[in-house]
Amino acid sequence: MTAQIPTNRAPTTKPGHSLLRFVNQDDNIVQLVIITALVFVVMSALSPEKFLRYYNFESISYTLPELGLLSIAIMVAMLTGGIDLSVVGIANLSAVLAGTLFHSLAPGASSSLGLGSVALGIVLALGVGLGAGALNGLLIAKLRITPILATLGTSQIFTGIALVLTGGPALVGFPAAWNFIGNGKVLGVAFPFVLFVVLALAIGFLLSRTAFGTRLLLIGTNAKAAVFAGLDTERIVFQSYVLTGLLASIAGLILSGRTNAAKSDYGTSYLLQAVLVAVLGGTNPAGGKGSVLGVSIAVLALMLLSSGFQMLRFSNFLIDFIWGAFLLLVIAINVARNRRRL
Amino acid sequence: MAESLIELRHVGKRFAGIKALDDVSLSVRRGEIHCLAGENGSGKSTIIKVMSGVYQPDEGEVLIDGEPVRRLTPADSIARGIQVIYQDLSLFGNLSVAENLAMNGLLKERRRGVRWGEVRRIARTALDRLGIDLPLDADVDTLPTSAKQIVAIARALQAEARLIVMDEPTTALTRNEVDRLLDITRTIQRDGIAVLFVSHKMREMLEISERLTVMRNGRVVVEGPIVDFTEASITRHMTGHDLSHEVYVRPPQDEGVPPRLAVENLTVPGAVEGVNLVLRPGDVVGLSGLIGSGRTELALALFGMRPDHGGTVHIDGKAVRLDGVQSAIRHGVAYVPEDRLSEGLFLTQSVARNMLASSLDRVTRGLTVDRAQATRTSDDMIAAMQISTRSGATLVGHLSGGNQQRVVIARWLMTQARILILNGPTVGVDVGSKAEIHRIIRDLAVRKGLAVLMISDDVPELLQHCNSIILMHRGRFVDRFDGGTASEDTISAVLKTLR
Amino acid sequence: MSILRRPEAVVALVLLAAMVIIGAINPAFWGLDNLFGLLKSNVITGIMALGVLLVMISGGIDVSFPAFAVAAMYLVVRWMADTGYSGVVLPFFVATLIGLVLGAFNAFFIRTFRMIPLIVTLGTASVVRGLLLGLVGTSVVNINRFPPQLIAFGSQDVVDVVHADGTRFGLSAMILVYGAIALLIHLVLRHTMMGRSLYAYGGAPEAASRVGFDTRATVFFAYCTAGALAGFAGLLHSSMIWLANPRDFVGFELDVIAAVVLGGASIFGGRGSVVGTLLGVFLLVMIKNSLILMHVATTWQQVVVGVIIVSSTALTAWRDRKRLA
Repeated sequence: MTAQIPTNRAPTTKPGHSLLRFVNQDDNIVQLVIITALVFVVMSALSPEKFLRYYNFESISYTLPELGLLSIAIMVAMLTGGIDLSVVGIANLSAVLAGTLFHSLAPGASSSLGLGSVALGIVLALGVGLGAGALNGLLIAKLRITPILATLGTSQIFTGIALVLTGGPALVGFPAAWNFIGNGKVLGVAFPFVLFVVLALAIGFLLSRTAFGTRLLLIGTNAKAAVFAGLDTERIVFQSYVLTGLLASIAGLILSGRTNAAKSDYGTSYLLQAVLVAVLGGTNPAGGKGSVLGVSIAVLALMLLSSGFQMLRFSNFLIDFIWGAFLLLVIAINVARNRRRL
Repeated sequence: MAESLIELRHVGKRFAGIKALDDVSLSVRRGEIHCLAGENGSGKSTIIKVMSGVYQPDEGEVLIDGEPVRRLTPADSIARGIQVIYQDLSLFGNLSVAENLAMNGLLKERRRGVRWGEVRRIARTALDRLGIDLPLDADVDTLPTSAKQIVAIARALQAEARLIVMDEPTTALTRNEVDRLLDITRTIQRDGIAVLFVSHKMREMLEISERLTVMRNGRVVVEGPIVDFTEASITRHMTGHDLSHEVYVRPPQDEGVPPRLAVENLTVPGAVEGVNLVLRPGDVVGLSGLIGSGRTELALALFGMRPDHGGTVHIDGKAVRLDGVQSAIRHGVAYVPEDRLSEGLFLTQSVARNMLASSLDRVTRGLTVDRAQATRTSDDMIAAMQISTRSGATLVGHLSGGNQQRVVIARWLMTQARILILNGPTVGVDVGSKAEIHRIIRDLAVRKGLAVLMISDDVPELLQHCNSIILMHRGRFVDRFDGGTASEDTISAVLKTLR
Repeated sequence: MSILRRPEAVVALVLLAAMVIIGAINPAFWGLDNLFGLLKSNVITGIMALGVLLVMISGGIDVSFPAFAVAAMYLVVRWMADTGYSGVVLPFFVATLIGLVLGAFNAFFIRTFRMIPLIVTLGTASVVRGLLLGLVGTSVVNINRFPPQLIAFGSQDVVDVVHADGTRFGLSAMILVYGAIALLIHLVLRHTMMGRSLYAYGGAPEAASRVGFDTRATVFFAYCTAGALAGFAGLLHSSMIWLANPRDFVGFELDVIAAVVLGGASIFGGRGSVVGTLLGVFLLVMIKNSLILMHVATTWQQVVVGVIIVSSTALTAWRDRKRLA
């Protein structure tokens, strides 16, 4: 360890040095913007007549929010050096439980249920998210189980319960108001996208401007030091998993609203994609670093990439391959960048 | 100089343009105990890494047994009999003592298989060489630090070492354990093995070494037989200036005021058995004792980390229940932990964030953190504590040990702590910063009326900076001395009887 | 006393208790045919678990091996079905090799880029599955086209028993293959420097390279062996069920990792044993397979596995904390 010798004894404060600034506008964001622009240019060049159509961007604005919310959820878990592998399970369980509720309220005619029932369904779905997140938080923060193992286990439990409830096949026929959440429009903009932007801003605010956000980062940097600094690490880590669970259940709400269906094993490939987006977005999986802005740009880059390949008639399987390859590539690029800096 | 085992001649080494070593010449003779002294950042560790082949010098040459070595690799260095015992000991806590001891030999012979009978035999021989008995089948993790150190030394010997380099070996040891380590060092020397003792602790250097080399800012400032040095002259060479030896005197007390801290019959299951302690404003009370004496548990109990403690605690005359860190902080208790890097600091976060970690609520307005106020508060504190940093946004990991320690203390001043508990406040801090930290502590006690409890193994430190010194043993206070009047010898004598 | 402190002993006790309980609920559990069936179900999970054990001892984790297993299995079976190749040794060799090479990719990424193993192996799993389904095909090779030599190999029995009513059942010879691999891994872990380097690296990576272990070789050994065992087990699996489905083994990593953790291996590295893993695998497989015997619907399987993972890790965490305190 070479100590850097500071030169001036009397510290000078530049007004721009806002110390609690969460998103340090480092070259990570710049790199992300460049990647996104690159993807956009390449895809536009490869199939301009399809890729540049309004319809394409509109469809992205409907599919992006689910993945975006799951990615932010994983990023929140990664801030404390953890991970939540159960986000997809939570999303599905929320949707399945809401679907089960609708079917029991109006057997055979669930799609005609009114606003009151839908509100009840939303409360139930979000409640599942909070409860599932609280279970993860309890296991990780109080019982001190390694996050990987705890959430691996709970993801089985959540998926398993959804399977028991549905017996296997998808639940279909959600009320119209519910489906509005997944495919409605507000002032010409996709409702799920509006929801995503609002939530992203809220989480961004929470992480960068509140004491809670700073504490999360401190815990992720050094959990032991956080205890000695008097931070209530148990409570804060617990809360971060509850937040993760809540975000996951909202993603499940949007997913089931968009597809008008809920199933125990929908969107299993989302897990990898969400991890990828979080890492690509500059989150340090070891904790202490991550931003909503980075994750949001990353999810946009990957949605563009994915839709571009679909235009080029790549099979869905090959798109899985590309996501995986992209993850490995990002890892390699980040390492190369950090080495150069040292 | 044919008797030199290893010799560096005019060695220079740069990192990113900064000179870490500048024209360094140093020789270690066969079978001698040589001490390499210097503050943190003086270039000691770089020298170790040149000797062990981890770094290649940019200038100068390395000679082993009088012949120049062109490119010394770590493997060469080990093959020529040079063994380094790093501060972290590089042991395998999850493996048995026997396996740790035998591993080097097996690796050296490029073995593919492992025969456990042989492993035990090798381990037994290694321990016999030091005349020490340890349970061969115990996992190293289950041993105390001092025993781990013995395993590390025995392992180095086992690799047919001719020179053992010990990097700050006494940092985590109590006084008795240091004595034992010094004995072992002499045993090693009797076998004709040289030892390079890298340290910044005066007592050990003077006691054990035959020759001394002092470094400062990447250069050798002086070198010679130990008899030519005194504690003061070593300090002068290490820091470049003299240090004060003024003994701490508590400011006059206003007897009508209740004590800052009054502890009655405090117990911690398995660690502390009913102690009474009174700290008044301006008190700096030293607490010493062997590791395991209960001193750390006492500190943790006062800091709310042992909610299972019993007894009563009054702070400023008010009965308090310290059942959590948050409640302790609320009542004005602050604790500077033993291990600064792993328990005290958030290395990859800014200085400002490190300081504000415990008082975020104070700079929160409504929902949000008031950035302007946070910046102002932390800048004020940086100035008050004279922390050398470019700004509050600098990462705390880039600061020197002494400045880092000031950041941790500053954190507690922000919480408006009234009782400051310091556990090993100057461990791993260089001599210059050490004096500065002592000055700050004294200043806080005198001017701000803090009550300070200072836990340390460094008896001279306690004598100089405390107005009262308590010795703890097996969970009880066994002796008490007045600062200034007691002598190091009396306290050391008492400590020695506490086995 | 000290033997009871070993994690293996705890697993063994839990296993015994579980057997007694299941046997009490339904005595059919103790039937020889049920026990033989159970042992047979251990084989595939067990072989893969031994690979994961090595990775976990080295301080890593692997979630890509089911993808590797499926790739090795499907490629080899397709090749045999397409060319009509009739042999057994070469196919198994090739499947193992495919797994090994894929494992080397994991090791390469983890070692060179110092990236968290979970994330790397999530990536490689997606790459391998995507390529297999996207380029090689999605059709199942069923019994009509399945290589008969593999079927013959997979259906050998070591013991044959005849029921009173004349039906026959046997103990699959594959249990011997499993046993041989377990013994081999045990010997490697216990009696070779490579095995010890896994423990050393998992316990203290920095120290391991300082004392002179070739830690690069250690990492490659762990992930390559895990890949190779997965490849081998993948083909063995298809020869025991007589079909090759390129979408097989989805979510299988959870069962295997759960079994290894149940067997006392630490996710932080440096601890774990073959005996513990065998017991952990048996416990997990037994509970999953006995749900029907206990009159529980099979849709509950996933929930049960989840509960087992959570409760066993909670128990371990609690024990470790008590030990520290």
